[in-house]
Amino acid sequence: MIDFVGRNRWFFLVSWILVLIGVLSLVVSQVRLDAPLRLGIDFTGGTSVLLQVDSDTEITLGQLRAEVVALGYDEARIQDAGDGDFIMYTREITSEVARELAGDLATALDAEVAIVDYYLVSEAVAVRTAGNAFIAVTIAAVAMLFYIVWAFRRMPKPFHWGTCAVIALAHDVFIIAGIFALLGLIAEVAVDAMFITGLLAVVGYSINNTVVIFDRIRENMARHISPDFAQTVNTSLVDTLTRCMNTALTTLFVLLALLLFGGATIQYFVLVLVLGVIIGTYSSICISSQLLVVWEKREWSSLLPWAKRPA
Amino acid sequence: MRSRNIALLIVILALFGLTLWFITPLDRSVLGRDGLRLGLDLAGGSYLIYQADVTDIDPAARDETMRGVKEIIESRVDALGIAESIVQVKRFEGEYSIAIQLPGIADIEEAKTMVGLVTVLEFREWGESEQEWIPAIGTATVNGEQKEFVLSSRYFKERTFVTLDDWTRSPLLIFEWDEIGRQLSQQITGRLLGKQLAIYLGDEPLLDEEGRPIAPTVQDVITESGQISGLGLPTAQMLSRFLNAGRIPVPLGRWVGDEPKVFEPGVPLYERTVDATLGRDSIDKSMLAAGIGIVLLVIFMLVYYRFLGLIACLSLGIYGVVLLAIFKMVPVTLTLPGVAGFILSLGMAVDANVLIFERIREELRGGRSLGAAVEAGFNRAWTAIRDSNITTFIACFVLIWLGGELGALMVRGFALTLLIGVALSMFTAIVVTRTFLRLIVGSHVVSNPAAYGVRPIGTK
Repeated sequence: MIDFVGRNRWFFLVSWILVLIGVLSLVVSQVRLDAPLRLGIDFTGGTSVLLQVDSDTEITLGQLRAEVVALGYDEARIQDAGDGDFIMYTREITSEVARELAGDLATALDAEVAIVDYYLVSEAVAVRTAGNAFIAVTIAAVAMLFYIVWAFRRMPKPFHWGTCAVIALAHDVFIIAGIFALLGLIAEVAVDAMFITGLLAVVGYSINNTVVIFDRIRENMARHISPDFAQTVNTSLVDTLTRCMNTALTTLFVLLALLLFGGATIQYFVLVLVLGVIIGTYSSICISSQLLVVWEKREWSSLLPWAKRPA
Repeated sequence: MRSRNIALLIVILALFGLTLWFITPLDRSVLGRDGLRLGLDLAGGSYLIYQADVTDIDPAARDETMRGVKEIIESRVDALGIAESIVQVKRFEGEYSIAIQLPGIADIEEAKTMVGLVTVLEFREWGESEQEWIPAIGTATVNGEQKEFVLSSRYFKERTFVTLDDWTRSPLLIFEWDEIGRQLSQQITGRLLGKQLAIYLGDEPLLDEEGRPIAPTVQDVITESGQISGLGLPTAQMLSRFLNAGRIPVPLGRWVGDEPKVFEPGVPLYERTVDATLGRDSIDKSMLAAGIGIVLLVIFMLVYYRFLGLIACLSLGIYGVVLLAIFKMVPVTLTLPGVAGFILSLGMAVDANVLIFERIREELRGGRSLGAAVEAGFNRAWTAIRDSNITTFIACFVLIWLGGELGALMVRGFALTLLIGVALSMFTAIVVTRTFLRLIVGSHVVSNPAAYGVRPIGTK
């Protein structure tokens, strides 16, 4: 039988490293961009246009960027979406102005430039979306905590179970936010309303996994399979391992197909989901259940794997 | 027991047949006009939100005024023949706004101007000092008060029509002035006899068939009615329809800045406009992605769970068809994130089956008979299925609330499809998979444990 509980120091070490990278990215982003994550137009207001550039010679991102800046849009961010498609984010401009821009670019690049997706968000809407997103995430987290405490109300310490699940959840959200902060710094990836949507879906998925494992621990405790709580948890993890892996795999199959072939428009949204499934599965096996054991045995030192193991 | 299962099987097959019939023909209209309802990111189209400047309207009459605006826009949209358009009045930050969804239009820009916001024909005269066309202004007496007005189609009676000129057979747009219009027209045409009077549509000069600005020379003093010549027939008819549909009584645009807020007319608060070709492209890409994902899923299930996997795939097939039928019935507007939600729910629908199968395999390894293992597997998996899906429901409900707020159409599309998908997956796992398994186990057609992915007892 695989010994998960015995390796929990390693799991905590991996998570600490990931969380540390996340915190660093968020802090650097806060310093450099004045926000922990690069905020998209859903949260700041602005315009995004999907430009389809058709030319005999291939137009590079650099060429396009130079022309866009020359036309007075020096704050614009541009991403290459492949096949001559470019997504440009800039200040609030009307669709007429956007069409003029496309016309000017066509002349400058000697290519056909069409706007196939135009998206304008006024600042007032953006401010409200940001506020709502914050409320939504908070409500979801609180609702999940209540739900888990309720679901495990017949356990000796329901509050322990709920807290461990929510810490694992915060861990997932933190790592994903950290990865996107990093992407925002190195690849100019911005978060939008769909990022929040993906995050909440991931939160649901991660808790879902944790609940399946906790459910098994609950059952194995009732069956008194071992007097040792650590042993019970480990058996439950082994029992549910195939299910967790298989479900993660089937979900990843469809999501990876969507990530690779689904096009650039929802690429980062799907990336949130993919990361969420991987990290969510990892955290239910290696974090939430392990935390339960640590709490039960009060072996707080194993949370700090670099500290000296007590004799 | 057995007869009950056969009855259930018949119900399931009937449901499957019915829903399959409901969503077919599959080949052309599943995604499209008579198939699933597509959101603007898949069908192409436009979603616009404008705020209304109601400061000049009596607070008590504002609701009524906005209903009027909605009706006028609806009738204009109808005149364009746009199917499935939705016009809604919303409140945003205490201001009235109007949300317009125009799905599946080829020429969005034209549609926007026409629905628009600027279907006011304005008459302009040449300003010698300005060296450009300036609005022709006159005075009229309203309720005993003298005021200045710009001569425009605001003062047309709503009964313009198009006719053909007796001699040249070219279209004429005939209009009549109302009370204010009569006074203005008398003054202005009197003043401009022998000079040109240009006609503007919004900020652009109205163009004739050859693309030249229409600026007729004033021949007579016009008081009652007039005509505009030189327009192409379709343009003339379109204009006539819009002028008759009524004018929008309040400026539409958006408020910007903090105190004092400034009104920017004509600029939407929110706009998303997608070209139909991009929508088509997105559909193709997501179909490809869904196809590849499903094939991988089926292969995995068959290899790992063998016979049980086959049952799961069959039940998943029924799941997919019923889900599409529900999408069509509700109807759920399918957006790109909605498709992602659908695909995600496919992956998650497998979860309930996997949970049950793992339990069945455990029971088989424990030495139970096949029939007993199936029953125990379902019973013991149920709490996990129920408890775990509730968290997804919580997330979906929060998202649907968030998506109900202004501008977050795409969020809602995802949450709604995922919610319906997960709810239905519980049903298919518990009812469909179980019925299939009970019947097959009961009939002893497949009884070798190896078919269930378990080594026969006694071999290690």
